[in-house]
Amino acid sequence: MKWNHPHAIGRRATLGSWFIAFALGTIGIGFFRLQVMGRDRYLFQSDQNRIRPSILPAPRGLIVDRHGDILADNVPGYTVSLIGSSRDSLTSTMGLIADLIGLDASEVAAILDRPRARIDDPVVIMRDAPFDVVSALEERRVALPGLTIQAEPKRNYPHGDIFAHSLGYVNEITQQELERGSVAGARYGTLVGRSGLEREYDSILRGSDGRRHVEVDAFGRTVRQEGVLAPSPPVQGETVRTTLDLDLQSFVQSQFPADARGAVVAMDPRNGDILAMYSAPSFDPNAFVGGIEIDLWDQIRNSEDNPLLNRAVQGRYPPASPWKLAVATMALRRGIVTMDTQMTTPCHGGMAYFTRYFRCWRTEGHGSLTLAEAIQHSCDVYFYQLGLQIGLQNLLDDGTQLGFSRLTGVDLPNEVQSFFPATTSYYDQTYGPRGWTRAVTLNLAIGQGENDQTLLNMMRFYAALANDDGVAPTPRFVMNEPVEHRSASGLRLEPTQIDELREALVMVVEQGTAVRSRVANLRIAGKTGTAQNSHGPNHGWFIAFAPAEEPEIVVGAIVEFAEHGSDVAPIVTNVIARHLFGADETRDRSIRLVVPADSAPQPLPLADSVLIGG
Amino acid sequence: MDDRRLDRALLIVILALIIPGIAMLYSAGQADFPTIAANMWVRQLVWLTLGTFVAAMLFRVSPRVVEWLAPYLYIATIILLIATLFAGTGAGTAAGAKSWLSVGNIRIGQPAELAKLATALMLARYLGSRKDAPKTFFDLMPSVMIVLAPFVLIGLQPDLGSAVVLVGILFVMLYWVGVSLRLLLLLASPVISLFLAFSTGLWGAWIIAITILLVWMRPYVREGAVVWFGNVAMGVFAFGLWNRLADYQKNRILSFLNPEVDPQAAGWNVIQSKVAIGSGGLFGNGFLEGAQKRLAFLPAQHTDFVFSIVGEEFGFAGVAVTLTLFGALLIVLVRIARTSIDAFSSLLVAGIIGMLFVHIVENVGMTIGLLPVTGIPLPFFSYGGSFVMICSLSMALAFRTAWETRYGGYAEG
Repeated sequence: MKWNHPHAIGRRATLGSWFIAFALGTIGIGFFRLQVMGRDRYLFQSDQNRIRPSILPAPRGLIVDRHGDILADNVPGYTVSLIGSSRDSLTSTMGLIADLIGLDASEVAAILDRPRARIDDPVVIMRDAPFDVVSALEERRVALPGLTIQAEPKRNYPHGDIFAHSLGYVNEITQQELERGSVAGARYGTLVGRSGLEREYDSILRGSDGRRHVEVDAFGRTVRQEGVLAPSPPVQGETVRTTLDLDLQSFVQSQFPADARGAVVAMDPRNGDILAMYSAPSFDPNAFVGGIEIDLWDQIRNSEDNPLLNRAVQGRYPPASPWKLAVATMALRRGIVTMDTQMTTPCHGGMAYFTRYFRCWRTEGHGSLTLAEAIQHSCDVYFYQLGLQIGLQNLLDDGTQLGFSRLTGVDLPNEVQSFFPATTSYYDQTYGPRGWTRAVTLNLAIGQGENDQTLLNMMRFYAALANDDGVAPTPRFVMNEPVEHRSASGLRLEPTQIDELREALVMVVEQGTAVRSRVANLRIAGKTGTAQNSHGPNHGWFIAFAPAEEPEIVVGAIVEFAEHGSDVAPIVTNVIARHLFGADETRDRSIRLVVPADSAPQPLPLADSVLIGG
Repeated sequence: MDDRRLDRALLIVILALIIPGIAMLYSAGQADFPTIAANMWVRQLVWLTLGTFVAAMLFRVSPRVVEWLAPYLYIATIILLIATLFAGTGAGTAAGAKSWLSVGNIRIGQPAELAKLATALMLARYLGSRKDAPKTFFDLMPSVMIVLAPFVLIGLQPDLGSAVVLVGILFVMLYWVGVSLRLLLLLASPVISLFLAFSTGLWGAWIIAITILLVWMRPYVREGAVVWFGNVAMGVFAFGLWNRLADYQKNRILSFLNPEVDPQAAGWNVIQSKVAIGSGGLFGNGFLEGAQKRLAFLPAQHTDFVFSIVGEEFGFAGVAVTLTLFGALLIVLVRIARTSIDAFSSLLVAGIIGMLFVHIVENVGMTIGLLPVTGIPLPFFSYGGSFVMICSLSMALAFRTAWETRYGGYAEG
């Protein structure tokens, strides 16, 4: 039979046709599996390919002062970033971009090496890009696949360095924080509060980011912005209404000597509202927002002035003469003295105690004084004797009870705890059991020695004096929380005793060490001080409240190295007057340089052989 | 001779494939960012017009003239293939291979496509001139030699896909001429051995099976020995070959087995194609609406992976209809080959069936990862001038064969 005999070829044709049907059928089954049974999976993959979530960054909440004036808000910024499927494609596009915006090779490498959660997450090239960069890139967008330029709210502090320490600043979340997941809802580029109120209320201020979905093609180019999936709008963080007073804070800064270091705090003694808090030198928190320049950061960090330090709550100073009120409080409530009690040894410019001669700041001496007069003139000799009468252990117990080793509890992060020893065992541990004598009592009695207080902690004590019940409220920056009396134990003084102490403080300003700072028609109660500073010139203190009968404001100031000509008391009294009388009533008072010099100089050794600590 | 007496079924099936083919090519050009594929459908129309014109001419040529021309065309093709090896350039989706012949900077065609038709013609002439089918292994050798020359030359380009098409043509024509399936199996056995060698166990089983088969079939001793040693040699060769392959070449083979091995490079095409097809579901996203295609995730969407668009935009329904149409085309061609009383023409149509079958199965199969990606075009769908011309000529020969059967003066046997 020939090969193409109809019967033979017919059989092969039939078999061949079946084979064709079988082969195509098999392929058809493959498609069925893929398209009908596997559809959801592949549809998901297709969406994953093309739909890219794009973050709509939530603006941080506003921070406003007590009257609603804005202290921190947001302005539009532009973030330039790049999406690419592989390192190669990113590198080639980065090469083009680098030429346009002037990045060198190492900067490009640093940008590309920035870790990302997912390979197709955008690489952030520049945050807060200037407008000319944005427009230059926008013009060439077609040639730059994967380029995205996103409007992103940028933190703005309209008053610059005035509020730097109380508001703090923000910057981008770090890689470590992202990995730890310590910041809820954060993404690469989230702004996190780093200090001050920005940090304390970070979770409230941050808000929650929205999401929008864009369609991209295989080269990462955005094809469609709208209607891909329903977007979720960003929710701005809550507004934090602070107790601060923009006008008073600005006034404080204008009063503070330009090149001095120190701090000023104004507080309402009735509820703890911080009306102003200023620490000098200050810094501009706006500099941190877009990622601070390394040079500037080094400059700020390594500065001898340490501008990032909030000297009101992080700087500890010997409390000096303002602390004499604490000693007076202890003596009064223990019944050791009244306001009229005189000490056995009148002041002749100093007194001997064992081997040393403890001097009074006034070398010609004060003579015999009552407690009220001793406060008014800040007589060291009087308080040396008063301290000895109270006794070291009682001094330590009462100082601890009055809160001199406690945090004020103010709503700021990183408040530094004031230092005051609780028992004499501190001296044993520090100097050895035989390394110290009861002479430390004399130092403690005038606010020197083992006693370092923050300005705010000292102000808390004066706020207690300013309240009739002798109890100080916890200092606070945010109004919407109820007043909390943390130091509920209070001064434990009779109201009449408090009145007498206030009267003595009024006399300080009217006739005493701060007489040159008095304000007409206003009775201000206050206390000056000069803190011995072993590192250099002494620090000047002044803490005051007014009106003395019914105090509405307590203002404290510390000026470092005030011997160099800073002015302390007038700053405080001017701030008080500004607050109570307003801008119009504040007379233009030229700042006079008054150095409070009412603290005892270092005691002179009477015998060279004895060396006493402190 | 009247053109209207074209085989009605073949004409309908071809038109039913060309029209969606152009439509899909148009769709392939509709991307959100314009791609190279944007106007390919217009160029394809030009090629189809040109192809129709040339086909109309060829339709008027007697099979006897074609048969007489076959050796000259075959030799000319071999010369072109050799020239391509030395002067060829890469282009398009085969940028890495030397498959184009150019004059100056103008690419004039891919000789590999011509070789498919020329080889079928040469085989048809040789086998048609024989009185009976080859009965022994050695008797197959002249046919194998006819295919081997262009096979090696194309394989050197390298264009594995087209080379495999030649093997398909050989086997279909040998089958058609009546070579027993057992003999075909022996012929195929060294190639099977080559592929199975990547798994030692499978290869060992295969060698045992081929040994038993040889004992059972009782071929001549020398033949049996050649086949057996051929199998063993292929296995050893393959083992050595595998170890000498570069990593990227191994990746290509491994990524066929599992595309996720290398999702960014070698496996990318198949993964994206599967995503496109799979997301089409039962009825697809609608004409022009394929997201994978529109957003350029689908690679080579106007050539090798044009069928993925069918899957994405018309879903399984569209795939089933298209596959049915391809099946119908092949079955109609089988009928034409079967009814032809002219041995040369019958074998030639069988060769054309072999060519189209491999193209269709391989191209469609690779879009869903059933077969490795070799990059050969899908008839009537993929853009490509040379292949359109070859398909047009092939269809002209099929039409002429059908016409001869009906009007050529012979009664149907």
